[in-house]
Amino acid sequence: MKKIINIKVNGIPYEVLVNPDMTLVDLLRDELGITGVKKGCDEGDCGACTVLIDNKAVASCTYLAVMADNKEITTIEGIKNGDDLHPLQQAFIDAFAVQCGFCTPGMILTTIALLNENPNPTEDEIIDYLRGNLCRCTGYVKILDAIKLAIERMAADNEKQEQVE
Amino acid sequence: MNFDFLKPNTLEELVQIMKCGGEDVKILAGGTDLIPSIKAEKVHPKAIVSIAEIKELQKITVDPVEGLTFGCGVTLHELENNKSIQENYKALYEGIHSMASTQIRNMGTVVGNICNAVPSADTAPALIALDGEIHIKSFKGERTVKAEEFFTGVCTTVLKPEEIVTDIHIPAPRGDAKSKYTKFTVRRALELAMAGVAVRTEEKDGTFSNVRIALGAVAPTPKLAENAMELLEGKPISRALIEDAAVKASEDDSSPISDKRASEEYRREIVRICTRDALIETSGLMGGNR
Repeated sequence: MKKIINIKVNGIPYEVLVNPDMTLVDLLRDELGITGVKKGCDEGDCGACTVLIDNKAVASCTYLAVMADNKEITTIEGIKNGDDLHPLQQAFIDAFAVQCGFCTPGMILTTIALLNENPNPTEDEIIDYLRGNLCRCTGYVKILDAIKLAIERMAADNEKQEQVE
Repeated sequence: MNFDFLKPNTLEELVQIMKCGGEDVKILAGGTDLIPSIKAEKVHPKAIVSIAEIKELQKITVDPVEGLTFGCGVTLHELENNKSIQENYKALYEGIHSMASTQIRNMGTVVGNICNAVPSADTAPALIALDGEIHIKSFKGERTVKAEEFFTGVCTTVLKPEEIVTDIHIPAPRGDAKSKYTKFTVRRALELAMAGVAVRTEEKDGTFSNVRIALGAVAPTPKLAENAMELLEGKPISRALIEDAAVKASEDDSSPISDKRASEEYRREIVRICTRDALIETSGLMGGNR
């Protein structure tokens, strides 16, 4: 039996009718056209389908759409600040951390979840937190560089902000 | 795949659903095992029932006297982020933290891990070594099962179709008790244990006291290493004794199989090394004392 669910994706409310067996990644991509979320392994191992659900990183391929009722979902499309890219997006570009780009949305969203929990992680903590995000192109070095660059820039911005205030 | 999705608000409703549904109903906690199994058509439930709205199943309580209790809806990530669990229930923390990925631990639960009951379940050896108790409920009433008696075979447990695990209790560690989980894998991440060993030891006048050693992935079920425990109990703490106990755990307490992850011989060797290293750490012999 189909169920009606209410979800918010990147701040926009949706009321949708879904089959209980539909996964969240399929709802986002096929029904709502939000294709920044990628479908890789489809069994919870690769991290490409990571979205934030109530600010926690979750694999949307092992999560049923019906479970998302009344929840807030953030995808890569929802992290921009107005017209500006999120500092992590900009740093991934500047540090050449993107090759094919398939893992990038998951990498960035998982890092946002990490920084929510721990704004100043060590390199080991970054690697540990992102262990479920697989990249087949870059060998991770540039991804790690990009994350460290973004953390530095965000810290510098925060300092400027505090001086203004 | 055609199933209904139910989301009861109270434990009583859940108990009634399980009474009527039995084997046709699957409980959804985090879903990180259930959903891939449904997709792979390994299970064909008529309904799945989410426990997410049942408030009393989402609680963690940690008390220096009463110990640790957590409900079946508590995620792995909530437990591993709890400072008191990191410090006082270290083997459990290490078992949880060794599992899967952030994304999976954000949804998955300890109760789901043990109810799926794969022999390599990383939280099982810790629960057994720490004297964990499993609280079970059905329309017939409630019962409590010791962690080491919960598992009956590969992917099977003492649970009857109408029963649910409501919560898990671990007694507070006594005095200077220390625990440790060591897991051997090829990769550092997203890997099942070739073997996993949890130990808990206390020291009493220089001797081993209240020793518990539990093994994972080296028998059809996670289990106590009773021969190794017996060898250590009450004897003076020394590296030589630990080496002997590790051999006992490997030779007498393990019955591993050969599969694609490791051969029987290799698993026995891993059990020896993991048991030895865990005991050396909990008994304070790191750095070569005694």
